Formats: sequence, C-alpha cells, structure tokens
Amino acid sequence: MGFISSLKESLGSWINRIFKKKRAKIGLYGPPNAGKTTLANRILHDWTDGETFGEVSPVPHETRRAMRKEGVVINANGSSIELDIVDTPGMATKIDFKEFMAFGLSEVESKKRAKEATEGVIEAIKWLDDLDGVLLVMDSTEDPYTQVNVTVIGNMEARRLPLLIVANKMDLPNASPARIKAAFPQHSMVQISALEGSNIDNLYQAIAAHFG
Amino acid sequence: MDLISAEKLENMTSMEKIRLILDKVKNGKIVVLENGLTPDEEVRLIEMTMTEIRVDEFSGIEIESYPSKKEGSFLDRIFGRSIKGRMTIIGPANQIRTIEKDKYQISTKVSVGD
Repeated sequence: MGFISSLKESLGSWINRIFKKKRAKIGLYGPPNAGKTTLANRILHDWTDGETFGEVSPVPHETRRAMRKEGVVINANGSSIELDIVDTPGMATKIDFKEFMAFGLSEVESKKRAKEATEGVIEAIKWLDDLDGVLLVMDSTEDPYTQVNVTVIGNMEARRLPLLIVANKMDLPNASPARIKAAFPQHSMVQISALEGSNIDNLYQAIAAHFG
Repeated sequence: MDLISAEKLENMTSMEKIRLILDKVKNGKIVVLENGLTPDEEVRLIEMTMTEIRVDEFSGIEIESYPSKKEGSFLDRIFGRSIKGRMTIIGPANQIRTIEKDKYQISTKVSVGD
C-alpha cells in the first residue's frame, strides 16, 4: 500500500473518530453455535416491534444465509445510534456432513446442510468488506483461542475497524468470560446472556460508545 | 510435513500462497509457515477452502496461529506497515487436531494415515 493511500486511510479513520457518526453497519460474527442469532433476535426484541432474525437451533450452522435489518435504533448513554445489523452464518475452517448426522439429521439433509454451510461461510467473509464494525460473539464456556476468533480479530485490527467482543452464555455454570478477556486483552468485552437478556443494557451502552 | 520459510513466501502473491498451501494440505501434508499469513490472506484461505470441500474427499482445514501481539501503532498505519503474520500450522481437518492453545503455545495432535 502506498504512502499517500495509507495516509488518506489513516486520516479518514481519525476524522471518523473525531466526528463520530451516529449510524453504523455492524456484523455479528463468531463460530457456529456461539449465539449470534439469539443475540440478534434479542436486539430486535428490545428495539423493534417484535421482529426476529431467524430460528435458533442446537445443530451447528442453523444460520446459513446472512440476514440484514436496517434502521434499528438503540438508545443508550443518553444518545441514540441507528444500526444496520448483519447476522452472519457461523465461521468455520472445516465442515463435515457427518457432524450433522450426529444430531439426528438424515444423510441427505446433512449433505445439503454442509453444502449450504460452506456457502454461508463464504458469505460471512464477503460481508467483512462492507461493515463499519463487528460484534464478535464467543461462547463463554468454550476455549476462546479458536482460529475463527483469531482470524476475525486480526482482520478487524488490520482494517482499523472497531470490534466489541461479546462473551455470551454467561448463564451457564461453566462460563468463563475472564478466560476470553485474558486471551484478547487489547479489546473491549461485555459478558451477557443473550438467551436470558442478562447484562444486556451494558452491551447496548458499549455498542453506543464503540460504534456511535 | 513441510516447513516453509518466510523467504519463500515473501516473493509470492497472496493467491499463489493460498494455492500452494491448499494443494499441499489436500495431498495430506501438514504445512508450517515460518511467518504465517496476513489476516486478509487467512480469511481468503478459509474462503478458498470452503469452495473446495467435497463430501468424503476433503472436509476442510485445521489452521492454528497465535493471536496478534498488539495493534499497529499510528506510525505503522501512516507508513502502511501491516501487522505481520505469526508462525502458523495448517493441515487437513481429519488429520490434525488442536489439543490446547494459548498466547504462547499451540499443542496439536497429528494423525498419520487412516
């Protein structure tokens, strides 16, 4: 990248920070089953007239197409921010149809789901080029050092775009948000339960502060 | 297992690196990159992997690298210095499994043959 284009990019980034915009297109990213769609549904439940993003399921890769809702207005910290929210399919480096058969799906259904899941991962990656920021949703009961987490964080750092880590599933007994914080100490983190809605106001305040 | 030096990769385009890695991994090799890939190359590798997954032939890759040390400084951004990749191991998903990973160490189990 040339000096002039780097300078323009840097100046643009700093100008954006100084004159904070009040509208942002943010993507929900994370591994399969981290609770992205549950969180997306929670946000819509709290800030729209009962809309939803989609179904949730214990079977991985339930969301296989990115979905976008425009104009979701969140009020927090005494100000409001208008969000375009993109709920993306779970990111993965491998997809084996046999994994779905273990959840009781037939071989035909599993192969179809695997094919659609690969397309979903590609779609999620394509969306990275068209966002103002990312909510990276992690399952607090799982090891945070997954390559999906490392890769998404690396990309947001390289693109100089804001990132907020959401440590989800804090309602579960073996949840450890502290492990996530220790893994990625350079980024802000909010611990929530998207399912129960606990601590969700803190998340909205952090969204307003980060993306507003 | 192929250990690929930083010098070999630095003269290759992103697409050439990704093709080299995927061809080796699809042939059952474990690849260790001395300097890893950039974040953008990592995500393009995942994207390309998804297009090549085939039932009963290739289910994808296992890729492990360390988290970045820290964000680049203001001067890094001004002069266009990108965040450098770190040592990375990549292999077929059915042959390599991560046992444990933290900031400083990656422990993996590699299966040889079926």
